[in-house]
Amino acid sequence: MATPDRVSYWNKTRSLMFVMLGLWVFFGYFIHLFAVQLNNIVIFGFPLGFYMAAQGSLIAFVVMLFWFARKQNSIDEEHNVAED
Amino acid sequence: MANTTATTAGGGDFTSNLGRIYGIYTGGFIAFIILMAIISAMGVPNRIIGYLFVAFTITIYAVIGILSRTMQVGEYYVAGRRVPAIYNGMATGADWMSGASFVGMAGTLYLLGYDGLAFVLGWTGGYVLVAILVAPYLRKFGAYTVPDFLSARYGGNLARFIGVIVLFSCSFTYVVAQIYATGIISARFLGLDFNVAVYVGLAGILVCSMLGGMRAVTWTQVAQYIVLIIAYLIPAIWMSTVKTGVPIPQLMQGQALANITALETAQNIATHHITPFVHGGYNALNYFLLILCLMVGTASLPHVLMRYFTTPSVREARVSVAWSLLFIFILYFTAPAYAAFAKWTMLDLVASGLTPENISEKAGWMMRWAAADGTLVQICGKAATDAAAIAAACAEKGVTALSFADINLNADMIVLATPEMAGMPYVISGLVAAGGLAAALSTADGLLLAIANALSHDIYYKMIDQNAPTARRLVVSRVLLVLVAIAAAYVASTKPGDILAMVSWAFSLAAAGLFPALVLGVWWKRTNSAGAVAGMIAGFGICLYYLLGTRYGAVGFYEMWSGLSAAPADAVAKYAELKTAWASAAPDAQAAAWVALDKQAQTIANWWGVKNLSAAAFGLPAGFLVMIVVSRLTREPSLAMQEFIEELRIPRGKQMMEEKTV
Repeated sequence: MATPDRVSYWNKTRSLMFVMLGLWVFFGYFIHLFAVQLNNIVIFGFPLGFYMAAQGSLIAFVVMLFWFARKQNSIDEEHNVAED
Repeated sequence: MANTTATTAGGGDFTSNLGRIYGIYTGGFIAFIILMAIISAMGVPNRIIGYLFVAFTITIYAVIGILSRTMQVGEYYVAGRRVPAIYNGMATGADWMSGASFVGMAGTLYLLGYDGLAFVLGWTGGYVLVAILVAPYLRKFGAYTVPDFLSARYGGNLARFIGVIVLFSCSFTYVVAQIYATGIISARFLGLDFNVAVYVGLAGILVCSMLGGMRAVTWTQVAQYIVLIIAYLIPAIWMSTVKTGVPIPQLMQGQALANITALETAQNIATHHITPFVHGGYNALNYFLLILCLMVGTASLPHVLMRYFTTPSVREARVSVAWSLLFIFILYFTAPAYAAFAKWTMLDLVASGLTPENISEKAGWMMRWAAADGTLVQICGKAATDAAAIAAACAEKGVTALSFADINLNADMIVLATPEMAGMPYVISGLVAAGGLAAALSTADGLLLAIANALSHDIYYKMIDQNAPTARRLVVSRVLLVLVAIAAAYVASTKPGDILAMVSWAFSLAAAGLFPALVLGVWWKRTNSAGAVAGMIAGFGICLYYLLGTRYGAVGFYEMWSGLSAAPADAVAKYAELKTAWASAAPDAQAAAWVALDKQAQTIANWWGVKNLSAAAFGLPAGFLVMIVVSRLTREPSLAMQEFIEELRIPRGKQMMEEKTV
């Protein structure tokens, strides 16, 4: 049933999804558009553009997913739709 | 806290003791490696060490497979839905990382430098889509297979049937590649004939999956993950320690990259390892499209999605995706370091003044690999089988001092040869072989199960005989599993030439055929069955047309679409020249002329220069577009269906598809 609480639950879930999708586009694509320029910055021998594709974005993906699981769970609990 | 699902007494004991069981197993495996090192030092021959490694690990998988045998449908299809998130993550890691990831990834990065990172990004970032768009909702629905969900959401067997076709076409080519990889590894490390090795690999796969279905595959995959990750990390750590004194390859990669750049500059190598968008035809467009296809493909491949059907709850399914990515990440962020250290070692070797005369003394391992297979190591353009062959080839080209470009290493041998390259003892080579086998076997298990389940559950049970008793369903499932496995092994034993390309195709096919239907099915209530069916056919069809057209019908494809081709003028001129040559060739020379023409056509048959690998770049948007337009033009889904979607979006409540499980 589409009760008001269900609607608000789904709106929050959808917003979280779009935030995640935005971060995904940023770390998956946007930042690598500037790989050539970022490569001029070198940290510990790593050119930054190369580092982001080899490790940086991957770390971001892993952290994002753990954060997402927690965040979505708290939305579930707040709207009383979490599993028992 | 999270794991509150009621479990049967036996299962509960097992799941609560998982940490201890796999802890003992890991310790035992490490003890086994040390034992092998000791007996190797005592003079036991290398071949015996190789046999022991493979025999020991396969025996363990077989024991787990046999202990996990089951006659319950729920256990067979979804492991009783009580796999804790973290172990499901490990199993997904092994399921996901194929023989190609283990054996080929670092080699690809070695050859393509920055541009190879498209694979690293594409094969990790897709899990974000899995977690936010698909997996939790499929878990709530409670499907046994991906087509199960399509059928329920899009009302009927047509959507189910198309789903099965897409599933079969992407999974079968993939499983052939895995069996091929097990054959290659067994042949090289055990010295078996390739044809025999393929069937040995097949036996290893079947013993894990046949008796226990998903339950057995899950617990063997966890064991296989542990073997493969240890086998991947040890050589990388070793090499980092030898080269830099610090045993953290991922960190010391920075130093390796700095040295690579310095050596490349000193040796006048124009294309630097770290320079983006310049290697192997990957311009920025193809780089980003490949990332997109691999990511979306990840979120659509049925053998991956079905792993999330096994968690106890929706919440655990989400956490499990995060764990999966963490375990996959451990291998994928080591691969670029592996590649950098291998490249550094090779550049150093060249810088030490390598000549055709001293190469056999400085790098004898190259000749051993070339002797096994002439395509693996080529120096001065010829197979580097021995010092005389190298000297002859180089004298012919007038090369007196070898440069980096003169030495051509095959991507697939980099990881397997690294132990020798860095002078490690043979026991490490045996370990790497066991790891490569674990990677290939675990992926093959998952894929075979996905195919056999779709055929037995979707085609046989749901479409042919809905009254089939449980026992018969499980028998049918096992028979199909064996048949599909034998068919795949047969195809692998013919050594199909395009095997690696086909693996990449699987991602595009899955992305274009399944992704729009899965995502819109959850996120857009207005999607109806007409739209879904039309969209799946359009997406899959266009993707398949582009794949096959540009590869197997390149001349016709180019003739039809020459206006869209991004080919440079000189390539087009060469094509025109070859075409005239073919048209005017004598009857007996026509076949050869056609081959030359077709080869040239393959380089120019494209739409806007998009590589064949990224075919979903067209199929995916087409699928979405057709699905949306057709859904809008036809009637909206029934009220009952809209209620169904409401229910799907809420974690609370019973899973929606209930099966008779007795």
